[in-house]
Amino acid sequence: MLIIFYLSAVVAVVSTLMVITRKDAVHALLYLIVSLLAISIIFFALGAPFIAALEVIIYAGAIMVLFIFVVMMLNLGRESIQQESQLLKPRMWFGPVILTLILIVEFIILFSKIRGQHYPALSISPKVVGVSLFSTYLLGVELSAVLLMAGIVGAYYLGKGKKRILHRYLANTESDSKAEGETK
Amino acid sequence: MTFVPFESGLILAAVLFLLGLIGVLVRRNIIFMLLSTEIMLNASGLAFVTASARWMQPEGQIMFIFILAMAAAEVSVGLALIMQIYHQFKTLDTDTLSNMKG
Repeated sequence: MLIIFYLSAVVAVVSTLMVITRKDAVHALLYLIVSLLAISIIFFALGAPFIAALEVIIYAGAIMVLFIFVVMMLNLGRESIQQESQLLKPRMWFGPVILTLILIVEFIILFSKIRGQHYPALSISPKVVGVSLFSTYLLGVELSAVLLMAGIVGAYYLGKGKKRILHRYLANTESDSKAEGETK
Repeated sequence: MTFVPFESGLILAAVLFLLGLIGVLVRRNIIFMLLSTEIMLNASGLAFVTASARWMQPEGQIMFIFILAMAAAEVSVGLALIMQIYHQFKTLDTDTLSNMKG
């Protein structure tokens, strides 16, 4: 258990170092996903299986997909084609694959080790977390619901863009008058 | 199942937080700064979960769930802001974006 913790700690630190030194945003995102998976293994080793699952589902699943969408939307044009062709080179995905293979081996070892034993002996079960979350910290849950609502509204407002909706007739007359001004 | 030592968990969280902080300070691309903020949030969550495992209390994991919700809200608003900045200024470099209106 201890060696698994230290190994995934090394993987997490190495991949985080790669995140902050990459030039290409997609490579950095790839390494950040590896780092999140390593931290998820650490959570599992610490006895927090529920948090490990949440880390994979929400951080590595949802938030990173948001990042990837935005990077894809921003990189339109000729450079993106060159980037695509560079992404397919083995040199680019070799590092993340090696680190992820280490994590997979750790994962298999963890699961084969705990299959015979009763795993939640030293861990805090999701039930305890849920009961405490919805009794003692109910106010926090509602506040985070308000925060998420504010986030949705803010993202919608900011992402809406400034579209001027004119009637077709008005748009035509405006462009006509502009054209007339130019000819004068 | 042996205990993972409390100190090494905290040291790992501190190292990850430091890497995120260095990323925010060094990088000039605004997407990388947002990514480094995510790294820092994740490291603080790791510290919470380590403390929760040390004292066998669920509070640390609950704090991690709150951090997760906050990170999701922050990322959605931050990425919408980045899109807006890119549409207005056609760049993501914070050195060229350092001027305010006025």
